[in-house]
Amino acid sequence: MITIKENYCKGCGYCIIACPTKALKRSNKINSRGIEIPIVEEEKCNKCHICELSCPDFAINVEEE
Amino acid sequence: MISNDEIYEKYIRKGTMPTILCAGCGNGIVLNTTLRAIDELKKDIDKMVFVSGIGCSSRLSSYIKADGLHTTHGRPIAFATGIKAANPDLDIVVFTGDGDCAGIGGNHLIHGIRRNIDITVIVLNNYNYGMTGGQASPTTPLESLTTTTPYDSFEHPFDLSMLAMAAGAPFVARWTISHPVQLVKSIKKGLQVKGFSFIEVLTPCPTSYWRRNRIRDYEGIYRWYKENTVNVKRAESEPDKICIGELQNIQKKEWTEQWKELVERVSK
Amino acid sequence: MDAYDILGPSEQYIQGDKACVYGALIAGCRFFAGYPITPATEIAEEMSRFLPKLGGTYIQMEDEIASMGAIIGASWTGKKTMTATSGPGFSLMQENIGYAVMTETPCVIVDVQRGGPSTGQPTMSSQGDVMQARYGSHGDYEIIALCPSSVQETLELTIRAFNLSEKYRVPVILMMDESIGHMREKITIPKDVLIANRSTVDISYAYYRPFRTGYMHATKIPEFAPFGSGYKTFITGLTHDEDGFPTTVNPKAHSDLIKRLSEKITDNIDDIFYVNNKHLEYAEIAVISYGISARPSLAAVNMAQKLEKNVAFINLNTLWPFNYEFISELSKQVEKIIVVEMNMGLMYHSIREAAEGRCDVVLVSSLGGRVPTPKDIVEMIK
Ligand SMILES: Cc1ncc(C[n+]2csc(CCOP(=O)(O)OP(=O)(O)O)c2C)c(N)n1
Ligand code: SF4
Ligand code: SF4
Ligand code: SF4
Repeated sequence: MITIKENYCKGCGYCIIACPTKALKRSNKINSRGIEIPIVEEEKCNKCHICELSCPDFAINVEEE
Repeated sequence: MISNDEIYEKYIRKGTMPTILCAGCGNGIVLNTTLRAIDELKKDIDKMVFVSGIGCSSRLSSYIKADGLHTTHGRPIAFATGIKAANPDLDIVVFTGDGDCAGIGGNHLIHGIRRNIDITVIVLNNYNYGMTGGQASPTTPLESLTTTTPYDSFEHPFDLSMLAMAAGAPFVARWTISHPVQLVKSIKKGLQVKGFSFIEVLTPCPTSYWRRNRIRDYEGIYRWYKENTVNVKRAESEPDKICIGELQNIQKKEWTEQWKELVERVSK
Repeated sequence: MDAYDILGPSEQYIQGDKACVYGALIAGCRFFAGYPITPATEIAEEMSRFLPKLGGTYIQMEDEIASMGAIIGASWTGKKTMTATSGPGFSLMQENIGYAVMTETPCVIVDVQRGGPSTGQPTMSSQGDVMQARYGSHGDYEIIALCPSSVQETLELTIRAFNLSEKYRVPVILMMDESIGHMREKITIPKDVLIANRSTVDISYAYYRPFRTGYMHATKIPEFAPFGSGYKTFITGLTHDEDGFPTTVNPKAHSDLIKRLSEKITDNIDDIFYVNNKHLEYAEIAVISYGISARPSLAAVNMAQKLEKNVAFINLNTLWPFNYEFISELSKQVEKIIVVEMNMGLMYHSIREAAEGRCDVVLVSSLGGRVPTPKDIVEMIK
């Protein structure tokens, strides 16, 4: 499961560009600060955790089932 | 692998998130990767001190739930030297910016390396003075626009890693925020080296630097760091690119070890 | 090993610079960082010889900015730390001295004064830095500065400098001068001296707030948790709250902090301020001096006493904090205050301010390294 803490995310998109399988995408989901939160296509994710390492704000979490 | 939630719980000071850093600022990635390196080495965080100077990059020390010393502009290596020399049991990480480390603090950098005091210096090189709004720094690339080089910059920039290598730092590595996995590995190595470790991270300042220098979207910025760098192993094939990787790893006697030997010798 | 084991016989004939080192080691100083400069170099040299024998640490830094940074960093490991310099180096130290004030870091800075401004007169005596000791760093603050006028006093005031620094968690400046630093005199190494140590934290991490005061002790001085002790202390030179966290745009947080930093000194002026007086009781004239110029001042007062003049001698061993009340009371008693100093009149201004026109305040100034003579002063008494 990939979760993004909407109140921490600054919408930089580094997770999107860092993801090797293109499992993350831009969305039109906007948080309370007007920031665009990425969305996930879980089935594409291979749990490599690169998105977690690339997040400057500790917002994205990859949980292994 | 530890999750961001777990890092947050374990290492981040309550009430300090979100950081004061801009959206797209790479500094948070350096904080993230540093904490992962510490966690993977199972370091006792209560025996570590995070020292920093002044600048956006130097703010990182304040977010970590550990002893921290946010010093004066350019001087963190001098303060860190005092801490380490007075109590060699503590592990010291210095967060510093290109302006902090190579501008106002350049003298402390080369002398810290010369002494070979056992500290791990992580330089966040964002090509400009971010905190003060984007003035030219000692690493601003030629022909860049900054608020103080409005007609483009002509002063020759420092290559910080080359400087550290030439000064004789036992461990030197350079990565970018687009190489987080490799960066974690090098920070781990740097923390394990007994001696001065120098880790340069090329990190974006979208607000002050990139906004004035062609790239305005975060993805383009992230990609720039991938596309304009080449691993040291393949550097010869692409000489125009910035060389990254583990650049130096040599053995050298360390200051606190030498001091300890001296104390044993003279107090007999 | 103990300092007394390596300092040698209890009576010795030594220079002021060396006496300063003796005082520091007796007070418990175990970390010195410095950069060579005349006339303070001997302090670094002696420290480099003695400290390893005591298991302490000596480090020669790349400049005085780094020296000041190193002693602050080292102080946060719980050690008593010191640096020594002269005018040009003292100028370089000022930003980090302000940092030590703001972060309440105990440390001792020795300034063996020489003629300035700039490189000035490296080997000549001066008292030109006394205002720099008080106001050298930017912003509002109080600081403690002590001033010895003999080699024995140098030893004793160095111990006192450490004690005050530990007690009030403030940098303390020992204002020596070239004459005192290089002069040789007989000293007696005091035994059973009182040694103060900073008050350390005695509550658990969950309740500890590094810059809260008045919680465990009824003082304005917070408890100290050295690095490595598990209290996860964050220290910054930015305006901070009780947790040590930056709060830089809140006017109240800033004014509360700098008022506390000042009041922890000024509220305790009776404990900190220490002067050496003679013949004060019936005096109609007072000669105030400090450092090397206190010596001809005392000689002049003794000469005047023989001429049946009611003249008092006041040696300002504590330059800062300035005791306005003491001078104010004095100005009600005497007709004239004669200030003797080796500058163009620096303490003279504060003394005049405190006297508020109630008596004459005159200056005997001597420049260029020339120590004033008793004759210069007696002339003003007549
Ligand atoms: C002695 C001194 N000079 C100038 C400043 C102002 N100042 C604050 S941060 C900064 C630049 C920081 O640049 P850098 O170290 O590259 O860090 P960045 O903000 O880019 O991360 C400057 C010049 C200061 N705080 N102190
Ligand atoms: S864990 Fe790897 S594959 Fe999955 S979303 Fe993150 S970066 Fe993409
Ligand atoms: S990297 Fe982090 S902050 Fe940036 S968009 Fe992704 S989740 Fe949000
Ligand atoms: S100004 Fe630049 S360096 Fe500072 S927080 Fe913003 S992006 Fe980061």
